[in-house]
Amino acid sequence: MATKYHARIYVTLRASVLDPAGTAVESGLQQMGYTEVESVRIGKYIEMQLTAKDEEQAKQHLDEMCDRLLANTVIENYCFELTAMATV
Amino acid sequence: MKFGVIVFPGSNCDRDILTVTQGLLAAPTRMVWHQETDLSDIDVVVIPGGFSYGDYLRCGAIAQFSPIMNSILEHARQGKYVWGVCNGFQILTEVGLLPGALIRNRGLHFICDRVPVKVERHNSIWTQAYQPQQVITLPIAHGEGCYYADDDTLKALEDNQQVLFRYCSASGEINLADNPNGSMNNIAGIINQQGNVLGMMPHPERASDPSIGITDGLAMFQGLLSSLVAAE
Repeated sequence: MATKYHARIYVTLRASVLDPAGTAVESGLQQMGYTEVESVRIGKYIEMQLTAKDEEQAKQHLDEMCDRLLANTVIENYCFELTAMATV
Repeated sequence: MKFGVIVFPGSNCDRDILTVTQGLLAAPTRMVWHQETDLSDIDVVVIPGGFSYGDYLRCGAIAQFSPIMNSILEHARQGKYVWGVCNGFQILTEVGLLPGALIRNRGLHFICDRVPVKVERHNSIWTQAYQPQQVITLPIAHGEGCYYADDDTLKALEDNQQVLFRYCSASGEINLADNPNGSMNNIAGIINQQGNVLGMMPHPERASDPSIGITDGLAMFQGLLSSLVAAE
């Protein structure tokens, strides 16, 4: 028995890393009149479906995937949400 | 003494390297496809510029898992030379042979220009053919060339004199105005602690053939070649 999961992975720049694209978007929003906008940081959002024997294994594999490829932990942080879809 | 130029899908400066090593300097050079795994005949591995694997996800992120990469890691572990230019520098940071990361240029634009670069150290095998603190002109062509490292890493790089090249003014001043991409400490190129792995954003291979107009990069190839030939 295994479970199919849907994962939502968020990769964000570490606070100490400059984000010139985020700064440009922030200034664009302010020029549009959204003067309440203060801090825009742009990251990546990755969706994935995976099969694992349980939630613990799914999380362990996702951690590995993020550490090894999906995020560069020198400059980025990551987190993910996991939803069980179906038993297969 | 043989150069090996790694070719990934999307590499585009591989032939430029070959033109210098084999064409101008008559040094044996082998193009090494990324699916290969044997580097035993190679002395200097060059990871060229380009957009390996389309630079998808992050520059160099996917190249680090190509079949040739374990052999490159082993080559470096044995103290042999590994030289990454532009995308090659990005790949070397992704795979962990060099510290830090290359992120989006401060000004967001892709920069294609010729810029002054200061040779910080001439007592390394890579830069021995230059004068101390010599200012040379090299082409840059990158969108993600802003060098980033955390404070401890940056301090270690400076303490160990691992910074080989810095962006500077024409007269050699290191300042923000002459930093094209926002790199920390104006860093344009670094070596690892042992000194056998070099990563740099500027392109010396595009500044070697006199027909291009500038030749300040050629001395890097000449210095390296003469040292390694002498050691044979």
